[in-house]
Amino acid sequence: MALYSEKVMDHFRNPRNVGVIEDADAVGEVGNAKCGDIMKMYMKIDDGIITDVKFETFGCGSAIASSSMATELIKGKPLTEAMQLTNKAVTEALDGLPAHKIHCSVLAEEAIKSALEDYENRKKQ
Amino acid sequence: MIYADNAATTKMSDKAIEVMTELLKSTYGNPSSLYEFGQQAKEVLEHAREDIASVIGASPRDITFTSGGSEADNQAIVSAATFGKKRGKTHIISTAFEHHAVLHTLKKLEKEGFEVTLLDVHEDGLVRPSEVESAIREDTCLVTVMYANNEIGTIQPISEIGAICRSHGVLFHTDAVQAVGHLPIDVEKENIDMLSASAHKFHGPKGTGFLYARKGINLTNIIEGGAQERGKRAGTENVPAIATMAEALKESVSRIDQTSARLTEVRDRIIEGIGNIPHSALNGDHAKRLPSNINFCFEGIEGESLLLLLDDKGIQASSGSACTSGSLDPSHVLLAIGRVHDVAHGSLRLSLGEDITDEESDYIVKSVSEVVTYLRSFSPVWRDLESGKTAHIL
Ligand SMILES: Cc1ncc(COP(=O)(O)O)c(C=O)c1O
Ligand SMILES: [Zn+2]
Repeated sequence: MALYSEKVMDHFRNPRNVGVIEDADAVGEVGNAKCGDIMKMYMKIDDGIITDVKFETFGCGSAIASSSMATELIKGKPLTEAMQLTNKAVTEALDGLPAHKIHCSVLAEEAIKSALEDYENRKKQ
Repeated sequence: MIYADNAATTKMSDKAIEVMTELLKSTYGNPSSLYEFGQQAKEVLEHAREDIASVIGASPRDITFTSGGSEADNQAIVSAATFGKKRGKTHIISTAFEHHAVLHTLKKLEKEGFEVTLLDVHEDGLVRPSEVESAIREDTCLVTVMYANNEIGTIQPISEIGAICRSHGVLFHTDAVQAVGHLPIDVEKENIDMLSASAHKFHGPKGTGFLYARKGINLTNIIEGGAQERGKRAGTENVPAIATMAEALKESVSRIDQTSARLTEVRDRIIEGIGNIPHSALNGDHAKRLPSNINFCFEGIEGESLLLLLDDKGIQASSGSACTSGSLDPSHVLLAIGRVHDVAHGSLRLSLGEDITDEESDYIVKSVSEVVTYLRSFSPVWRDLESGKTAHIL
């Protein structure tokens, strides 16, 4: 049996929404203190809706696939909904991850939260 | 498929498969049985012992068959420790980049009151004999230094270390799992008291290995039971596997000069090619390394993704990345030679097989370059390095 599900391998091999948004309204960057994986998330936000999202990831198959899946799950969605996205939902959408690779996927949820925090901070200024 | 993970395990040779298949059919008797059929198996077993002994310049009675390298390492270290403790000697010297079969055994002994000094292996991945000598104390009972490192392939100054140990009356063990069958070894000339080896690293079967322990060294049992192996290792001997190990070892050693010359040439061609990738670095000394070993770090990428994409291109390799280790830390070997976490995360080990062609080596270089460039194209770490936000270290 392969290490990862077909779904994970699909998102790993053909990651969706890879790249940078130069004029992003929100940017979040998080690192995994445990294994060293790093993820950066860029968002365009219009009227409370995430109209575009892109990511960059330094990490393993699990980290790249969960970044990709997470962006798919929040693209076009209201901020309130994106805020609710859990690592569990990302993992389930990927048809599961090996137990010892879950920690690499937590970054996706954290990167979204970090970007949304950045958005709130920018609004205050 | 280009199998470039021969340090993990090797394919059994055609000859080995042939010999083993035949023995499984014909020689299934128990060597401890007194009837002729059992004694035939005993004869095959003892013949294997003679063959193995002669390859490493030892006497047959100094060879104990084990389930592999891990068991041999455990038994060698525990034996020396037990012997030392009886004489009030409870200090052991080893290195920071040993295999876990050695390191975890030492950890266990520390809990029992032993003191362990782990020597630095420096940036080139080489132990300094002078530092071994300085570390030896009145109460040192064992020095254990691996022959060749399993990740970065560096070959240690074994005979010099052995001579130092001998002059101080300290037992010297070497984990030669990566060296046996690949480098010429002579336990007498190299002043080796104990040596561990494993058949599956030289085209023999898995789950079979041996421990060489010089005459006069009293081994401590790791496995208790019957009187096999002069009472030092219980369990009915896996005669077909052991005899096949001997056959595989003879076969490997018979063409050692030829294969190392060929592999060194291919290895250097690949090292040169991969070395052209910007911000990459070879891990471990270039000259004093196994002919089959290539180990690089690349800035800005992570090893597991590199391995998965190489696998898609038909190349099987390995990495010291934290994400591939099962534990959360990158390779202790790469950390021991001074690689920082980020860089150790982006490592690649290629361990070549003897049958690799020039075309395959070119394909490896091309594939590694492509995959590294691709992964860097969406790495936030690489972006920061390239924009000057963080400084390159390779
Ligand atoms: C240097 C070294 N020591 C010990 C071992 C363990 O050998 P085995 O797998 O036969 O137990 C290995 C193999 O992984 C090794 O490379
Ligand atoms: Zn990871």
